[in-house]
Amino acid sequence: MAKRIEVSDLNIYYGNFLAVEGVNVSIEPRSITALIGPSGCGKSTFLRSLNRMHEVIPGARVEGKVVMDGQDLYGADTDPVDVRRQIGMVFQRPNPFPTMSIYDNVIAGNRLNNKKMKKSETDDLVERALRGANLWNEVKDRLARPGSGLSGGQQQRLCIARAIAVEPDVLLMDEPCSALDPISTLAIEDLMAELKERFTIVIVTHNMQQAARVSTSTGFFNLNGVGQPGRLIEFNPTEKIFSNPDQKATEDYISGRFG
Amino acid sequence: MTATKAPIEPPSQQRTVRRPGDRLFSGAAKGSGIFILLVLAGVAAFLISEALPALTAPSEEIPGGEGLASYVGPLILGTLLGAVIALLVATPLAVGIALYVTYYAPRRIAAGMGYVIDLLAAIPSVVYGFWGIAVLAPQLVPFHQWLTDTLGFLPFFAGPASTSGRTMLTVGIVLGVMILPIISAISREVFSQAPALHREAALALGATRWEMIRMAVLPYGKSGVIAGAMLGLGRALGETMAVAIILSGGAGATLNVISNSNPSTIASNIALSFPEATGLDVNTLIASGLALFLITLVVNMLARWIVNRRADFSGAN
Repeated sequence: MAKRIEVSDLNIYYGNFLAVEGVNVSIEPRSITALIGPSGCGKSTFLRSLNRMHEVIPGARVEGKVVMDGQDLYGADTDPVDVRRQIGMVFQRPNPFPTMSIYDNVIAGNRLNNKKMKKSETDDLVERALRGANLWNEVKDRLARPGSGLSGGQQQRLCIARAIAVEPDVLLMDEPCSALDPISTLAIEDLMAELKERFTIVIVTHNMQQAARVSTSTGFFNLNGVGQPGRLIEFNPTEKIFSNPDQKATEDYISGRFG
Repeated sequence: MTATKAPIEPPSQQRTVRRPGDRLFSGAAKGSGIFILLVLAGVAAFLISEALPALTAPSEEIPGGEGLASYVGPLILGTLLGAVIALLVATPLAVGIALYVTYYAPRRIAAGMGYVIDLLAAIPSVVYGFWGIAVLAPQLVPFHQWLTDTLGFLPFFAGPASTSGRTMLTVGIVLGVMILPIISAISREVFSQAPALHREAALALGATRWEMIRMAVLPYGKSGVIAGAMLGLGRALGETMAVAIILSGGAGATLNVISNSNPSTIASNIALSFPEATGLDVNTLIASGLALFLITLVVNMLARWIVNRRADFSGAN
């Protein structure tokens, strides 16, 4: 449950292009860490490198170290598949499997990890995960229906249920609310506050109010110009970032002077 | 906000502005749709009117002297046997090739390989026929013997094994190679369109590449694979030349696919018998053609039904 992630000297590449340079950060367990910054600054790239989803893109690679409670995620004998089973991810656009029912979507990850589960066990698990994602009351009567029939906000909560059903150590969220309306966004922010008690959460967001509302720590990414690598400019408690940041660039960004 | 009730005009007076380009295109598209239906209806009308004499003739006048059913029956069986063997051979192979090309092969190899497989479709069926009888049939003789030795208890492999290899099994395998490019090309196309969104969802849950393919690619591509298989089946059912060259047909109905006595197929029988047919013989051959037409129709409707059965889960919504 809820582990600490230490990142040191991380460089992230697409082929020969250095996309993110020299990230050093320590992400605390049982907290929400928000990553903010202008488009193209590498926050999503950095997030995807934490569960080794970055290397799914042909030619993509990283240098440096990512250590989760002493376990080197990029170690020579670390299987990326195992890493992704420990670190769950929620994407920008809700992506429940369209060919599966709501029920099967929730236990999709568990089916991968553990082939044999009793019906009663999976029933419990589905209910627990859907309750955890505040979705149970809305879908309990139509668990056998396809997940694609739900609204956008419900689909995103279904994806969260799917991610937490495998009891990951860390939950990564890549702009989870950017495709949702304000009511659904609120529902998911409330949910994050609950999930914080059990998981380490890292969220990328373009919405600075959201970062201020939900997170304990905030990291600000920026880049000097097009074609330059993105850098982690500042990483501090959220309160400090939004009231009295160390860096001028951070202040300019959050006060809307650029970006 | 106050809702004001808009005056509702009667539908007949509602006229939307239509651009001439839109009208032209809509007319052309509608015309094409109607044209294909007319062609189909014309073929059906021709087959039925020409087959009618054979359908109504007394049974002793039909070639073989035992009526239309016992003439066409073995042909239908032969056609289906060959086509089913072809599908069994080609579909798994084609899906495997398509998956390899789209998700496993290094990109440079993948493009070339797809191209080479598509070339299989460009080989004329006569060439397949000669290859089948000159190369494949002799090579398969030991395989025929092995089949009857080990699986002889199944009616399909009851034996005695052919010593020439000119059997329904050989025909089925050649047909399988012929329809391979059709099925693999369509499968490749649908597999490569499996949304990255869902592939990444599977990977992020900790799926291996094969598990990702099973969760996000195969379910998405299933209807496409079925459609490809049906197109291939259509070609296998109607293939004439290759079958006519390879098969030593003409025997009665049998499920045995490895012996020297095989039922012929509808298309190859028409091709072989038509030049010397006169009078009612012609009508009988056309009646067998009508049977082939109906088989293809039923197969396609069946496939459509299979695809639509779980339309909710198809990912198209």
